[in-house]
Amino acid sequence: MPATADTPRSFQEIILRLQTYWASKGCAILQPYDMEVGAGTFHPGTTLRSLGSRPWAAAYVQPSRRPTDGRYGENPNRLQHYYQYQVLIKPSPPDLQELYLGSLEAIGVDMALHDIRFVEDDWESPTLGAWGLGWEVWCDGMEVSQFTYFQQVGGHDCTPVSGELTYGLERLAMYVLGVDHVMDMPFNDPQAPIALSYGDVFRQTEEEYSRWNFDVANTDVLLKHFEEAEAECEAILAQEAVDPKTGKRIVMAHPAYDQCIKASHLFNLLDARGVISVTERQAYIGRVRALAKKCADAFVTTGAGGWQAEDQPADGARA
Amino acid sequence: MPDLLIELFSEEIPARMQARAAEDLKARMTDALVEAGLTYGGAAAFHTPRRLTLAVEGLLAESPTLREERKGPRTDAPEKAIEGFLRGAGVAREDLKVQDDKKGQVYIAVIERPGRPAAEIVAEALESVIRNFPWPKSMRWGSGSLKWVRPLHSILCILTTEAGAEVVPLEVDGINAGATTAGHRFMAPARFSVMNFEDYASKLKRSHVVLDAAERAEHIWQDATNMAFAAGLEVVEDRGLLAEVAGLVEWPVVLMGEIGSEFLGLPPEVLQTSMREHQKFFSVRNPKTGRIERFITVANRETTDNGATILAGNRKVLTARLSDARFFWDNDLRVAKVGMQTWTQALESVTFHNKLGSQGDRVARIAALARDIAPLIGADPELAEQAALVAKADLSSEMVYEFPELQGLMGRYYAEAAGLPAEVAAAAQEHYSPLGPSDDVPTAPVSVAVALADKIDTLTGFWAIDEKPTGSKDPFALRRAALGVIRLVLTNGLRLSLDRVNDAQILRHEISPAGAGERDLLDELLREIARHGVFGAAARSIIDRIEGNGPDWLGRVAEHNPTVSDDLRGFIHDRLKVHLRDEGIRHDVIDACLAMPGNCDLTLLVNRARALSGFLGTDDGENLVQGFKRANNILSQAEEKDGVSYEFGADRKFAEHPAEVALFDALDAARPVIDKAMAAEDFAAAMEAMASLRAPIDAFFTEVQVNSDNAVVRRNRLNLLSTIRTTCLAVADLTKLEG
Repeated sequence: MPATADTPRSFQEIILRLQTYWASKGCAILQPYDMEVGAGTFHPGTTLRSLGSRPWAAAYVQPSRRPTDGRYGENPNRLQHYYQYQVLIKPSPPDLQELYLGSLEAIGVDMALHDIRFVEDDWESPTLGAWGLGWEVWCDGMEVSQFTYFQQVGGHDCTPVSGELTYGLERLAMYVLGVDHVMDMPFNDPQAPIALSYGDVFRQTEEEYSRWNFDVANTDVLLKHFEEAEAECEAILAQEAVDPKTGKRIVMAHPAYDQCIKASHLFNLLDARGVISVTERQAYIGRVRALAKKCADAFVTTGAGGWQAEDQPADGARA
Repeated sequence: MPDLLIELFSEEIPARMQARAAEDLKARMTDALVEAGLTYGGAAAFHTPRRLTLAVEGLLAESPTLREERKGPRTDAPEKAIEGFLRGAGVAREDLKVQDDKKGQVYIAVIERPGRPAAEIVAEALESVIRNFPWPKSMRWGSGSLKWVRPLHSILCILTTEAGAEVVPLEVDGINAGATTAGHRFMAPARFSVMNFEDYASKLKRSHVVLDAAERAEHIWQDATNMAFAAGLEVVEDRGLLAEVAGLVEWPVVLMGEIGSEFLGLPPEVLQTSMREHQKFFSVRNPKTGRIERFITVANRETTDNGATILAGNRKVLTARLSDARFFWDNDLRVAKVGMQTWTQALESVTFHNKLGSQGDRVARIAALARDIAPLIGADPELAEQAALVAKADLSSEMVYEFPELQGLMGRYYAEAAGLPAEVAAAAQEHYSPLGPSDDVPTAPVSVAVALADKIDTLTGFWAIDEKPTGSKDPFALRRAALGVIRLVLTNGLRLSLDRVNDAQILRHEISPAGAGERDLLDELLREIARHGVFGAAARSIIDRIEGNGPDWLGRVAEHNPTVSDDLRGFIHDRLKVHLRDEGIRHDVIDACLAMPGNCDLTLLVNRARALSGFLGTDDGENLVQGFKRANNILSQAEEKDGVSYEFGADRKFAEHPAEVALFDALDAARPVIDKAMAAEDFAAAMEAMASLRAPIDAFFTEVQVNSDNAVVRRNRLNLLSTIRTTCLAVADLTKLEG
């Protein structure tokens, strides 16, 4: 992309501009979820909050791990650990496309020079039991974002519908900054006294994790952890809604969902180790989906999920 | 008469759905208008990524007033009946007329349905069309409940007369119809109002929107071919891509760019596939070298730098993609050149199906079967086996992992790079064919052997584990595999017993021999099948020989496999019926032929069916079958009544009537001809000879009474009918024919 005065100079500047932009549009800027996930969608700020009737608007960076994509830091575009920028607004506002295009301008994409296209791409997450319709957004033939109207999550119809935007930050930033190899991308300001490239920050970890993901991770242990996470998730959800200690109704949707996330990531690791056959794959995905559905079922019986006790005033009414 | 203009303006509609949606809008709207009494002169529908448009010309301004006279009860009918009639007709007592009828005086209700203004009808019709639109996939958005393909933003709906344009009052889920629309998303986003269709189309064009998809496609193709021509090149035609790209832009701007010289060594199919699938680029070819040297991309806007930024961006994305492709290609060639063992080994750890083992197991079975089939179809067994062993190697290659649609084709390139014989390389590509009813069928013997073995292995495998297609569910595409077998056999005129190959392959699926002894036993069993052709007989002979000292599986397969094999044959025959129905051959004709021996030889079966079908199309054929049925009926009734079969041969010395004698003569003349023709499997000739019996049989039935009082004469005549029956049934089971 031709550089202009307004072009960001570093990876982090792009992130900061996105944060500022979406904050200015009224989103709560959340922090990354503190667990290993495969995509920003797994953050409970998206998965769970897209359920139920209560309005929501959040944006955040989410470090994402895809063990099978590891290339020891050598591939110019592929990483086993990368960042997604995620925006979720419920109900989806009528001008979401314009808001999105505004965010591209905010990071220095000049709409007068570029060709932006919305190309059909329906989204489905078999592990989350979720799907939606939308597009991949192309800038000059490159996919820079996913744009989805959630229709179902965890087997529940989304009412109202959330609009979800997902930016692959490295790829988008490489394009905006005109960099060909991700490791060469300036992470902080290249004029800073200690200028760091993406490679300075992540080359070594990419190498280490690639080796561990592909060849070293103990599959017996991973398998055991998977079983444990699955069992724990179910055990949590099997608890009575009313906490015997406090006497309050406390449905533990989030702790259970943590276990679901764990199981999902453990499955990805097992997959990277190549110990899961094609048919087993489906079975594992089905097991994670079953957990996700149960967590969704639980979440919609919580206050954040829009549940109201019959004899209590509605949350909205109290506010 | 007013003109109607409708535009449904939304977020980007998937390209593949637009044309159908425009047609649906037109059909459903005009149907609803006509239904409500509004006829029209003409209608046209248009689509762009963001709009569906319908223009209707010469619509009636209002629906005609309808007048209906409904006859009611007699004037002296009970009050209740009269009241009921009034309620039903929706009129008052004083509005009733009285009329003389043959039964007396009756009430007549005159019901007038006043015409309704077009706007009212259009509003109702459009709301219903929007709410019930047949999108292949639709969605909700925001807090609404309306479903559309993507969020619907505005509805333009106007009726235009000389007096001007009028908005049709209409509201759907909070969207009020108006007289405005917006131009190009980036180049002219402002909303503007329109008066009529001409005004709409011309203002859109000024706002950088070409309304007509055909015009967009034409523009793209013209510019693309001109640019290519100016550079001494040609655009590779791709109508599907052209239609798709025309559905992605409202204002097409064609740009041509160069493919880096470092990628020109890639196979042209790789360049084309990568560019088409990932980037929706057209390929531009150098006609002199056949190489793909440039790409054409279609942008959705003009820019001040004449597309320089856009082209540079696209080229950069392409370079990244092609770098990947070249990386795969280079890596793959390295593996190919040393013989592809890495790939064939890798297949052993890829599960094909949890009950059917790995891809490696599958390849071994296909190779064994290809070797068996080869001599039956004139292929070299060594080459067929070798081809089968490498045909699926490319599935492990990086290129095919990235572009699954290149499977087979890459196999050919890699087999060539490995220095394997040309027949083997060709089989790697062709053994997947035919993939559909219109796909080409391979004819090179080695390719045919592997293609058949591949499909038969799939069919027998899923039959062996009882995973057959049910209803609309056919997850392993077994119907397609069966049609593939049928087309391979018929197109190449192959003569082989499907039972034998199926039996052998079912066995290979069911048995993983433990130890050398069992392996020998399996080999012996396979040889016996090849020799006897009947699984049961083959198994029995071995079971008898080893007298119960065999492994457990021997008894099990002897019980189970014949059923599986029969069932699979039935499935293939069903697919054959469907296939031949398309050729115009009736299902009962096929049934008549299926009832004959050798029906697992599809070529023989189809030759017979074609001959019979042709024969039945002739006058003689049709009548002969009637004669045969008459003979057969009389004979069957007599046999049932008398409790004997009349099959001892008729003696002409008891023939009394000249027509009877003539029939003897005709049969004597025809039978050797038929026998000879049948021995040569010349069914057409056999049926032609049978046709010569038609006149004598007809004459016989006209002039001779079979049930003579003379028992000897009667018996002889029944025996004569029996000869007719046997003669005719030698060709096909005519009793199965309908009508």
